[in-house]
Amino acid sequence: MSDSSKNKSNELPPLPTSFSLISTLGTVAMISGFLVVLVHQYTQPIIAENQRLATERAIFKVLPRASSRLTFTINEDTIELANDNTKGELLYAGYDKENNFVGMALNAAEQGYQDIVKLLYGYKPSTGCITGYDVLKSTETPGFGTKITTDVAFLANFNCLDAKVNQEQTRLINVIKTVRHGTKNNPWEIDAISGATITSNAVGRMLNKSGHKLHPVIAKNLTFLRSAKQTKEIIHGQLD
Amino acid sequence: MANSTKQETPLTLEVFTAGIWKENPVFVMMLGLCPVLAVTNSVENSLAMGLASVFVLVCSNALISALRNFIPKQVRITTYIIIIATFVTLVDYIIQAISLDLYNKLGAFIQLIVVNCLILGRAEAYASKNSFAKSVISALGMGLGFTLALVMLGGVRELLGVGQLMGYQIFSTNFQPWIIMILPPGGFIVLGSWLLLINYIEQRRTGKLIAEDLASHCSVNNH
Repeated sequence: MSDSSKNKSNELPPLPTSFSLISTLGTVAMISGFLVVLVHQYTQPIIAENQRLATERAIFKVLPRASSRLTFTINEDTIELANDNTKGELLYAGYDKENNFVGMALNAAEQGYQDIVKLLYGYKPSTGCITGYDVLKSTETPGFGTKITTDVAFLANFNCLDAKVNQEQTRLINVIKTVRHGTKNNPWEIDAISGATITSNAVGRMLNKSGHKLHPVIAKNLTFLRSAKQTKEIIHGQLD
Repeated sequence: MANSTKQETPLTLEVFTAGIWKENPVFVMMLGLCPVLAVTNSVENSLAMGLASVFVLVCSNALISALRNFIPKQVRITTYIIIIATFVTLVDYIIQAISLDLYNKLGAFIQLIVVNCLILGRAEAYASKNSFAKSVISALGMGLGFTLALVMLGGVRELLGVGQLMGYQIFSTNFQPWIIMILPPGGFIVLGSWLLLINYIEQRRTGKLIAEDLASHCSVNNH
């Protein structure tokens, strides 16, 4: 092979211009953006409806006597009517067929073993009891952490878990806490699942945190919550 | 600017079937093992992850193949990642629209399809060098092979781990589930067992072929 042909074969191919690189990336990014926006626009209403149905299902599961519900939000110490798209902390009040207040469905979340565990739990201000929960999000270990939805003994803790508010309406009377399996002595204690202590503790911590934050505000606004559905019906009737 | 298009081999059935068995991405090439081990604790999850991967693999390979002559070599990986991430975002929205429960079960593994080396590997090794039709057919075969492997793992793990298949009870209530099967170690155990079985079958098949070959040689020599 001659020297000139050797040099020719060792030559690197010419580099493309910056314009060529930028225009390729720009074109691909534009195609990408177009596809993402197209599919987002199409699926967004369906996803929102799915989320609404999931929330609705969870609310009526934790408040089985309710046949309708209203959404509220917290503004410092007061509770205001809202809708499902309102930003911030949402609270749901359940009402029976006669528009009587049956209880609240509240959100709670805490770090579990794998990731954040999110619950929606039922709370009866009249008795100060937490009456059950529905798991909204959990990626806990199958067979262990997932027992919080299936373990009959653990779920029995929530037949009436004491979450009463003190007389000053500032906090819970007792701290809700998870105790070692088989050592529960008080109605505000949660008997942990053997082998799933971290997830059981997360449930206790999140209910305590949410209870301290939300239950006093609910107690202060109980009259408003009780009459909200009837008031809304009357206003709707007058407008009609 | 463009990648040179070499003389291509013709489109045959082999292009499609190679990914399903002979070059199966999981059992032969051992690619994309993270979702293989992580989400195969039930058939439903395995099937959903497999189909999501098929969608991303086929669409990204189709687009990459269609644009292969316009993508400069220097920015090819960046471009492939943008294309793959686009289709992963689409599949993320689509699964949320189909079922929130399924979306929550699959967790972050849907988004992690972006970094599945099977998809980027096929884009770089195949779609960037072959025609549109061949890239799509090959991606479909690879995707189905990947799904088949996921379902094979998911089936065994769900059956032994909870005594069910696709949510239907198979074993009687007396069956004591092997919880380990639906935990991460179960993924390794079942994958190892499948590899053992598949390699055993393959070795026996190859051994038989060699023996037949030798026998025919011997008979020719004797004659």
